[in-house]
Amino acid sequence: MLRNAWIIPLLPALGFVVVLLFGKRLPRKGAEVAVASVGASFVLACIVLVQWVQRVEDAPAHGALRGFGRALLPTQEGGVAAVDRSFTWWENGRVNFGVGIHVDGLAVMMLFMVTLVSLLVHVYSTKYMEGDRRFTHYFALLNLFTASMLLLVVSDNTIQLLVGWELVGLCSFVLIGHWWEEKPNADAAVKAFLTTRTGDVGLMIGIIILFFAAGTFDIAAINGEVLGGDISHTLLVVAASGLLIGIIGKSGQFPLHTWLPDAMAGPTPVSALIHAATMVVAGVYLGARLYPVFFSGFSIGDGGLNAMAIIGGVTIFVGAVLAFVQRDIKKVLAYSTISQLGYMVMALGIGAWVAAIFHLFTHAFFKALLFLGAGSVSHSGSHHSFDMRDDMGGLRKYMPITFVTFVIGSLALAGIFPLAGFWSKDEILVTAGRTGFDFFLYVGLIGAFLTAAYMTRCVYLTFFGEYRGHGEPHESPPAITVPLVVLAGFSVLAGFTNAGALGIEKFKDWFEAGVALPPLQHADFEVVKAVVSVSFAAIGIGIAAFFWFQREELNPLRGLTRRNPYAGAGYRLLQNKFYLDDLYEKVIVGGIKGPVARGTYWFDQHVIDGAVNGVARVTARLARVAYDVVDQKVVDGAVNGIAETAGETGGLLRYVQSGRVQRYALTLFAAVAALSLALWIVY
Amino acid sequence: MTGQNIAFWILAIAMGTGAIGVVRSRNIVHAALFLIVVLVGAAAQYIVLLAEFVGIVQFFIYIGAIAVLFLFGIMLTRAPMTPADFDNDQRWPAAIVSLFLFGTLVALLVDAFGGDKIQLSDSLLESSRTGPVADSIFRQFVVPFEVVSMLLLAALVGAVVIARRD
Amino acid sequence: MGLNQYLILSAFLFCCGVYGVLARRNAVLVLLSVELMLNAVNINLVAFSAFTKQIAGQVFALFVITIAAAEVGVGLAIVLLIYRNLHSPDLDRVDQLKG
Repeated sequence: MLRNAWIIPLLPALGFVVVLLFGKRLPRKGAEVAVASVGASFVLACIVLVQWVQRVEDAPAHGALRGFGRALLPTQEGGVAAVDRSFTWWENGRVNFGVGIHVDGLAVMMLFMVTLVSLLVHVYSTKYMEGDRRFTHYFALLNLFTASMLLLVVSDNTIQLLVGWELVGLCSFVLIGHWWEEKPNADAAVKAFLTTRTGDVGLMIGIIILFFAAGTFDIAAINGEVLGGDISHTLLVVAASGLLIGIIGKSGQFPLHTWLPDAMAGPTPVSALIHAATMVVAGVYLGARLYPVFFSGFSIGDGGLNAMAIIGGVTIFVGAVLAFVQRDIKKVLAYSTISQLGYMVMALGIGAWVAAIFHLFTHAFFKALLFLGAGSVSHSGSHHSFDMRDDMGGLRKYMPITFVTFVIGSLALAGIFPLAGFWSKDEILVTAGRTGFDFFLYVGLIGAFLTAAYMTRCVYLTFFGEYRGHGEPHESPPAITVPLVVLAGFSVLAGFTNAGALGIEKFKDWFEAGVALPPLQHADFEVVKAVVSVSFAAIGIGIAAFFWFQREELNPLRGLTRRNPYAGAGYRLLQNKFYLDDLYEKVIVGGIKGPVARGTYWFDQHVIDGAVNGVARVTARLARVAYDVVDQKVVDGAVNGIAETAGETGGLLRYVQSGRVQRYALTLFAAVAALSLALWIVY
Repeated sequence: MTGQNIAFWILAIAMGTGAIGVVRSRNIVHAALFLIVVLVGAAAQYIVLLAEFVGIVQFFIYIGAIAVLFLFGIMLTRAPMTPADFDNDQRWPAAIVSLFLFGTLVALLVDAFGGDKIQLSDSLLESSRTGPVADSIFRQFVVPFEVVSMLLLAALVGAVVIARRD
Repeated sequence: MGLNQYLILSAFLFCCGVYGVLARRNAVLVLLSVELMLNAVNINLVAFSAFTKQIAGQVFALFVITIAAAEVGVGLAIVLLIYRNLHSPDLDRVDQLKG
């Protein structure tokens, strides 16, 4: 199966086609085909996982990988070789475009995670989207998205990766704008697409530079050349920066994060799948896949500050802070996602490769859980609204399953022992402290504090207090709650695959294997740091609980933002999302739309069109001259002259033909006489 | 000067006069009669040259039939019996051309056949009799003979068709 | 006898015929001149026949005579037709093909 992993993306692609063509005529309107195709992909992904684990376990010199061991290249002694399979699609001189798969630990992990979450979301959607106006298209597109994401994950060359990348962007666009009849939804879709597109410019520049530096699009080859030191450092810096811009756009890092909150206009399952678990992590995946480029380009091994870590750190903070002032539950989760993505990028930036992808892995489960939980709340509790302040409250009494799973997800997100988030976030923090990136350790801790706090606020507003809504809340049907339970289970258990304290490093072993990595330092579990991080989180929960769980009158902070001008200003700053949206829309876009566009238009009308028209006028005049002088007088004169000459000559010759035979005979005999004389003289 | 020579010269002068008469006579009937003189002279010349059969045929056909035909034609076209000017306006160019042609031919002939002599002999006579001539026609020249017969037929039919009144 | 005598005689007759063809107005006279030319040719043929002692010349002379007869017949028929249409045997009047 490892060699045939290309089937995994293929099945949902076929599902897409089938649902699109035949979906409306099927009894369940195409949902059954979609769920079946993703289900089959998941089964195959599990098989791939099992086979890969076997492969890793069977590899020799297994023990040397533990602890401080360096990551072995797949081609080194004791390393696990990745499975490559490709064929050349088009060859043109130096350039070789291939299509192929590259299965290593990272890819296997992603395959498993993506297909699992996608399957759960598909099942969830059968109930959640029941009766929707475009039910069939929705499932078709979910399938296409899954296929594209899987294509991206297993691709073995940057061009194929780019294809997958763009396709997931496209599916995101279509799915965000699923209810495009309402203008805000359509606007959000366009904003998402254009913002990620802006990042894609950097991505493409990075890919092209890597191609010219390494001479190939093949990822393994590129990594090999980078690790071998064959590429100049300047090129690597530029390439890494380009790729980083792509990551910023796609993975919602500051400053291109503004599209993510707006993307919540799409259906909730879409938000769960695309904007929590899969598409947004494509950027992190890119960073993990081409890690040697970043490691060498940003000199991560030398410690100190680098662009990747800084951006990640800023994002953590920005996302967390903005999550505080949201009324919409999905927007809280969106900013939370931004913040957690910041964790992953920061982890990559400080050399914690395993920690980054481990956090990716666990985050997918609990964030998807939280989103689906929010969807469950809106479906059955708040009458399809996501507004916490107005339409929710006290739902724990009516929706117990949703409540419990949501709380589990929140605790996992906050990083509470022994849930999954604790282990993954802790690993990041530990590596930060260990490898000389102390600054980022503090950033991570503050982020943990904030995360716990805003999630507590969110949980309180949704599930505690009195019900403020207008509907009749009840628990959601099984199709919705079962995925919640499954994900909750993973949120609890997934962390144990890499529980450093317990000496379990299975995750690292399995999924670091076969990946081309520079020499990394793996930090051991430190009890001190773990306790510190949990306590930060606990303090966060406590403070938030204190402020919100209290009754309104007793809350000393109540009305602070109205009383205190600084607090009020700060609140407004947050509410306006640091005025970033205004900057983008009014200043940048407006500036181009207004003066720049108008100036360009003037230039076009007067200078360019003036030149073109001028040329046309001159040509017309020349044509007239040519016509009058050349054509009429010269050419026609010549032609007419010839005709007249012919006529005149004919008129003259006419007289020869007198009609009198004897005249002709005379001429004849005269000629005979003359000729005979001439011939006789000659001979 | 042999007898044939003398005969030749007498006939030649007669023929020459006749020829000039044909082309210069102001009376059409006279012109026809002058032609008959020429024809007779020609027949006689043939006999001098021991071509007896040809000479006889010349008499019968030319003089007996063609000349008569001419006289008929003259009558039928109401040709003026009185002397009239029958020369058209290109007589001088015509004269020049014919004289020029004559001069060229004479020069050419003198140059070519200057000293050749005709040998008249009995064998020539024998071979010029009717028998051998007929033999030759019906053996070597039978195809031209047939063709000429066809031609005569065509001419006959053609003349009838052309000249009939309808 | 010299061959040339006959040949020059023949040439003389021929040239008279040419003059007649070119210069005579009446159609019948033109035909007469044509006959003159044909006879000249005949004399030529027979003279050569005697000179080369071949009989082909005489045979050809016979053919010429035959053809001359045919030609005169047709020619006079045409002349009659012209006379009927133009009421004059004047060849100068036959110029319908004037360009």
